[in-house]
Amino acid sequence: MSRILVPCHVKGTVALQVGDVRTSQGRPGVLVIDVTFPSVAPFELQEITFKNYYTAFLSIRVRQHTSAHTPAKWVTCLRDYCLMPDPHSEEGAQEYVSLFKHQMLCNMARVSELRLILRQPSPLWLSFTVEDLQIYQQGPKSPSMTFPKWLSHPVPSEQPALLCEGLPDPSRVSSEVQQMWALTEMIRASHTSARIGRFDVDGCYDLNLLSYT
Amino acid sequence: MLQEESDLSLMIAQIVQKLKGSNLYSQLERQAWASLQRPEIKLESLKEDIKEFFKISGWEKKLQNAVYSELSVFPLPSHPAAPPEHLKEPLVYMRKAQGSWEKRILKSLNSMCTELSIPLARKRPVGEQKELLNKWNEMGTDEPDLSLFRPVYAPKDFLEVLINLRNPNYENGDSLSFRTHLGLIQVPLKVKDIPELKECFVELGLNTGQLGIDDSTQVPPELFENEHVRIGQKVLAEQDSAAAQQYIRQGSPTALRAELWALILNISSEPEDVLYYEQLKTNVIQHDLLVDSLIYKDVKLTASNDDYYFVFEDYLYQVLLCFSRDTSVLSHFAYNSASPPKSYIRGKLGLEEYAVFYPPNGVIPFHGFSMYVAPLCFLYHEPSKLYQIFREMYVRFFFRLHSISSHPSGIVSLCLLFETLLQTYLPQLFYHLREIGAQPLRISFKWMVRAFSGYLATDQLLLLWDRILGYNSLEILAVLAAAVFAFRAVNLMEVTSLAAAEAVLADLSTLKVMPLLQIFLFATVT
Repeated sequence: MSRILVPCHVKGTVALQVGDVRTSQGRPGVLVIDVTFPSVAPFELQEITFKNYYTAFLSIRVRQHTSAHTPAKWVTCLRDYCLMPDPHSEEGAQEYVSLFKHQMLCNMARVSELRLILRQPSPLWLSFTVEDLQIYQQGPKSPSMTFPKWLSHPVPSEQPALLCEGLPDPSRVSSEVQQMWALTEMIRASHTSARIGRFDVDGCYDLNLLSYT
Repeated sequence: MLQEESDLSLMIAQIVQKLKGSNLYSQLERQAWASLQRPEIKLESLKEDIKEFFKISGWEKKLQNAVYSELSVFPLPSHPAAPPEHLKEPLVYMRKAQGSWEKRILKSLNSMCTELSIPLARKRPVGEQKELLNKWNEMGTDEPDLSLFRPVYAPKDFLEVLINLRNPNYENGDSLSFRTHLGLIQVPLKVKDIPELKECFVELGLNTGQLGIDDSTQVPPELFENEHVRIGQKVLAEQDSAAAQQYIRQGSPTALRAELWALILNISSEPEDVLYYEQLKTNVIQHDLLVDSLIYKDVKLTASNDDYYFVFEDYLYQVLLCFSRDTSVLSHFAYNSASPPKSYIRGKLGLEEYAVFYPPNGVIPFHGFSMYVAPLCFLYHEPSKLYQIFREMYVRFFFRLHSISSHPSGIVSLCLLFETLLQTYLPQLFYHLREIGAQPLRISFKWMVRAFSGYLATDQLLLLWDRILGYNSLEILAVLAAAVFAFRAVNLMEVTSLAAAEAVLADLSTLKVMPLLQIFLFATVT
C-alpha cells in the first residue's frame, strides 16, 4: 500500500508533573508531545513511525472532525501501547516502531492534530522520548483501467470453431504454455548472490597498517 | 493481521535470497533437470510433479534443513526504517563501546607491526611456499621465534571493558542505592530468572532422562540409554535438522555425536566443500599474515599445554590458518555488533578500490581462541569437515562471546545472568565474596568466554555443547557457572581472599556438568 509523508510540526515535549519542576526531587514520568499539521487539511491517518528512546507506554489522542457542523473532538485512538515489556530493562528501549490504522481504537478519518502521551514509570532512566516521528496518509490507489469493450465482452459470433478430434483442447494447451512461460521468466529473472571469495586485489595483498576509519 | 503477513513474506524473501547463492540451489536445479527424464514428470503439470519428486527423493528434507538453519542463525527482519547498524546492535551506546574497543585492538595490532617491523601481510616467496606445502601436516614441529609476539588481548582485558560499560541514560549514581548493581556489570539488560530458565530448559528436568546422568554405570541401560540411542539412529536416518536439535537436548550418544552435530549445523561434505577448503589452503600457502603468528603463539600457549588437546596441535593450525582466509565469514558481521578491520594495499591509502579487510575473515584472534576448535578435534578427523563445523559454530555461537552486544546470548547478558542468579539464589555467598574483594565474575568470566573449553573434562564439555546446540543459546554457560559456585559454596564461604577463591575453583576437571545443572535449576529450594 503506498503512503505519503505528511509534513508535520512537532512541538517540544511538555512534562506533566505535580508541583514545581525545579524543586521536586523525582523526574517526570509522563510527557506530552503535540503534533500539528499547519499546511494540510484534515486527512486520513495511515501510519505513524518513530524511533523509541526509553518510553515504556504510549497513548495517542487525535483531534477528529466528524462533520462540517460539530466542532472537532479529541478521541483516544491508542491506549497504553507497550513499547518496553519490562520498563526497568533495556528490551525495546531503542527500537523502531510502526503503528498502523488497523491497530487504532477508532477510525482515523479527518485528523487535524495529534497528541502523544509518553509514560515511563521506572525511575532508572534519566530521560525518555520518541524520535524521528513521521506521519503517513494513504497514497493514491493505482488508477483503475477501463478495458475496451471488445476485450471483456467478446462478440457472440466469434465463438471458437470446433477443431477435429485428435487435437488437444486449446484452452488446456494455452494454460500449460502460460505456466511454462512463467517458469522461464522466473529463471531468467533470478540471479545468485554468491560471493567470489577473493580477498586480494588483483593478486596483491601487501598491507602495511590497519585503518582506523 | 496485515503486519504479520508482510513480516512473513519479508522473511521468506530474505531466506530465498540467501539460499539462491548456496550450493543447495545449484544441486536442486541439477536434480530438477535430471528428473525431466523420469516418466512420471509430465510437461503439463511440471511444477507439481517436480515438487512431488523432491518430496519422495529426500531433497525436500534437505531444503527444509537449509531453511531451518537460516531461521536459527539470522535474526528476524527488522523495521524498514532501521539502518543496518540497528540489526547488528540496537542500543547506540553498546555500538559505541564496541567501536572504541575495536579501535584499541587495531592500535595494539598496529603498534606490534611497527615495533617488530613486520608487515600485516606479504606474499610468500616460491621457495617458502613449497616448504610450507611439504610441512602442511606437521606444522606443530615448526618452532618459529614467537617471543616478541604477544596476544592482542586476553579475556581479562575484555572484562575490564565490560565492567566500564555504562548507559548514558541510566541513573549511575555514585552512592549505593537500589539502582546500583552489586555485581561488576552495570547495564540493565533483561535476563531470565530461575522460573523462566526452568521453562526454557524443560528437557533438563528431573523427570526427563539425560545423557550425563541416566547413562552412568549404576543405571541399567534399559531404563533410558538404549531407547535414546535407538531414537538417535532414527533421527539420523530421517536426516531432519529440527528433530535432531530437539533430540540433542537430552544429550547425544558418543557414537552419534559427530553426525548429529553436522545435521544440526546443516553441514554436508560435498566435493565442493572439500574444494573450497583446498582453496583456502592455497591462500594460506601464498600469503603470509601477521595473524598467523598470533595463531601460532596462541596454540603454543594454550592447546599445546593442555593434557587433552596437545595431540591435535597440527589440526588446529590447519583449521585456524584457513579460517583467517575465509571471506564467507564476513557475512556474519551483518548480525554481529563487531565490524571487520579495514586496510589499504600498500601505497594506495584512501583509495576505495584498494580497500580490503584484514584478516580476510575479519576476525582477530585473542588469547585462548584456539580452544574453540580443540574439542571439535575429538569428533572430526577429516580437516575439511572439521573446518566447516568450526566455522559454523563460530558464526552461530562463539562470536557472541567476544563482542559487546545486548543479545540474550551475548557475553554481557551472560555475565549479568550469572551475577543475578548468584545474587538471588546464593545471597550469602555473593555478599561474602564481594566483601573479601573476590567478585564472582572475575573468576567465572574466563570460563564463559571460552565456553568452558579447557576447564571441564572433554566428555563433560561435549555434553554441555550438545545443549548449546539443542537450545540454540549460550545461556546455559551462565547457569553452569552459577551451579559450579553453588556446588563449591561451602568451601568458598571459608576463603578470605580472591586468590584463595581462585584456588577453590581452579580445577573443574572432576565436575559432572548435567547433575550440577539439574540440581541448580530444578532441585534447589528457592
